[in-house]
Amino acid sequence: MIELSMHILDIVENSTRAGATMVTIRILEDMKLDTLSIEITDDGEGMDSDSLKKALDPFYTSKGVRHVGLGLPMLYQATQRSEGRFSLESTRGKGTRVLAEFKQSHIDRQPIGDMGSTIMTLVAGNPDVDFTFTYLTNDSAYTFETKEIRKEIENVPLNNPEILQFIRENITEGLEEIGAHD
Amino acid sequence: MAKLTIQDLKKIKERVHADTFLREGDRRVKVTVHMGTCGIAAGARNVMDALMSEISESGVTDVVVTTSGCMGLCSREPLITVEIVDQEPIKYEHMDANKMRQVFKRHILEGEIQTPFALAKGSETAE
Repeated sequence: MIELSMHILDIVENSTRAGATMVTIRILEDMKLDTLSIEITDDGEGMDSDSLKKALDPFYTSKGVRHVGLGLPMLYQATQRSEGRFSLESTRGKGTRVLAEFKQSHIDRQPIGDMGSTIMTLVAGNPDVDFTFTYLTNDSAYTFETKEIRKEIENVPLNNPEILQFIRENITEGLEEIGAHD
Repeated sequence: MAKLTIQDLKKIKERVHADTFLREGDRRVKVTVHMGTCGIAAGARNVMDALMSEISESGVTDVVVTTSGCMGLCSREPLITVEIVDQEPIKYEHMDANKMRQVFKRHILEGEIQTPFALAKGSETAE
C-alpha cells in the first residue's frame, strides 16, 4: 500500500464483508501533538476473542481462497514504522473498531492520498451500506455522509456513475477547503 | 457538505430520472473491479478511477461498476471482470489505467475482447 487511503479502503472492505450497515471513518490530524489518526468503526458481525488475537498474524485469514490475510497486519506495520500506535477492538455481534495512529511528521508515514477515490470505490461496491467520513484538523472539519446524499437523490441508486463522480469531487474539494495535509 | 453542491445533486437526480424513464433502466454491462488487499496494493483503485473517468467522458448510462474481494489469484491482480448481457464474463489480468481505458473503449463500447490482457472466460465459483 502506498497511501493511507488505500489501507482505509482495504480495512473498510473487511467491515462490509462482515455485514456492516454503517461504517464511520474518522481522520484526525493534530499538528500540535504531531499525530495523525485514523479510526474506523463498523456495526458488522465482529470477531470472537480467538480471531481477534490472530487478526494481526499475516498467516491468519477468515477467507478460504488463500492462506494469508495481510490487510490488518500491513496497517499495523505502517503505524509501527512511523512511531505510531495501533488498537483493535471487536465484540461478536456488535462490531469492530480499528484505530491507527501515526506520527504526522515522521518520514516513513505514508501520505493520506486520494480519499475521494477511496470513498467512491467503497460506495460503488457497497451501495446499501451507509458511510460517514469525517476529517478533522486543529481548526476545521469536513464531514461526508451517504445518508445526506440519499435524502437528496431519492430513488436514484447511490452507485449511479454520476453520483459516484459527484462523491469523489465533493470529498476532494471539501478536503482542499479545510486545508487538510497529505 | 458544501451548500452549492446539493443543487448539483438535484440536477443529477433529475437528469438520471429522465434517462431511466427513456430506457426503463436497462443495464447492458457490469464491470467488477477486484478490491481485495492484493488488488488494492497492485493498483486496483487507479483502475477504478480510470474506469469512472471513461464512463463520465463517454456519457454512457448503461454500464454499472461494482467491486469484489480477493478470489485467490493475487499474483494476477489487478483483475477486472467484464460482463456484457447475454455473453460470457471475461476476466482481465494485470490491469492498469491505460489497459482499463483500452478495454472500456474496445470491449465495453465496441464489443471486441482484448485478448492480450484476458485471463479467462466465465465466473469464479469461490468467494
